[in-house]
Amino acid sequence: MTIASTTELICFLVLSVTLVAGSLGVVLLPNIVYSAFLLGGVFLSVAGLYLLLNASFVAAAQVLVYVGAVNVLILFAIMLVNKKETLAAIPGLLLRRVLSGAVCAGLFALLLRVSFTTDWALPGPTPVGEEATIRIGEHLFSDYLLPFELASVLLLMAMIGAIVLARRDVFSSDVITGEPVDQGLIEKARTPLLLEKPALEKTS
Amino acid sequence: MTLALVLPGFSNGIPLQAYLALAAVLFCTGVWGLINSRNAVRVLMSIELMLNAVNLNLMAFSNYLDGQLIRGQVFAIFVITVAAAEAAVGLAILLSLYRNRETVDMERFNLLRW
Repeated sequence: MTIASTTELICFLVLSVTLVAGSLGVVLLPNIVYSAFLLGGVFLSVAGLYLLLNASFVAAAQVLVYVGAVNVLILFAIMLVNKKETLAAIPGLLLRRVLSGAVCAGLFALLLRVSFTTDWALPGPTPVGEEATIRIGEHLFSDYLLPFELASVLLLMAMIGAIVLARRDVFSSDVITGEPVDQGLIEKARTPLLLEKPALEKTS
Repeated sequence: MTLALVLPGFSNGIPLQAYLALAAVLFCTGVWGLINSRNAVRVLMSIELMLNAVNLNLMAFSNYLDGQLIRGQVFAIFVITVAAAEAAVGLAILLSLYRNRETVDMERFNLLRW
């Protein structure tokens, strides 16, 4: 066992421990802000695993897109909906947790069995290593050109859809005096459509 | 050397099965969180965990079984793209829901329950 492979093994073990502990923390921690920061740690350790798998370009994309965009977006969402509320107790919660845990353990056992009993065609062809970025570029502009273009359309649709869904309705002019008002400050006071009974009585 | 004695399966480098098992752990954690979370933001985070597990599988297969043509890496890039779009639209829907119902409790989003 050479020094290089030992180093690789140590990196793999550290990254897997970080990954598993971080993902358990994301799911189990009561404070959602801690969960969001741990999610960033999970994304970073996945990027490290990509580096171990000879995929530097995808690792960089993972850091840029997931840590830089998705995680920050989740933190913004937490900031916008951060209201302290006591969740009403629902009956059978413990039973549901145990049952779903059993289902997930069964799924895990199934996946492990598949991956350890299948006769993989190992060893495959030697990995291209640092040429991976060039190969990805060739793929994106030859045989995966249509999905690449469709991805751009998808991103445009997602951007417009997110703007339309998250936009606030604001008054453009003051109701009483008719003067134009500062757009960012006054939100239209509307009765929420779907509120349940107690809150409805409070607003009316 | 001592590390190789502790982990006998790892003597010829990291096996493919190690990555598959790691991705399975990540995926099952995500599924459990998806079912049991009551905060809607945490549900979205669990979905991201599951997508990352799938990506890890794709990258492992791409490195070990398809080393010359690395089609798995191209697939992983598309999955990352779709995940980013999904996160943006999901959080926008969440904000809209929060404005209408003033809660993020998944148990109270029961308008379609019969």
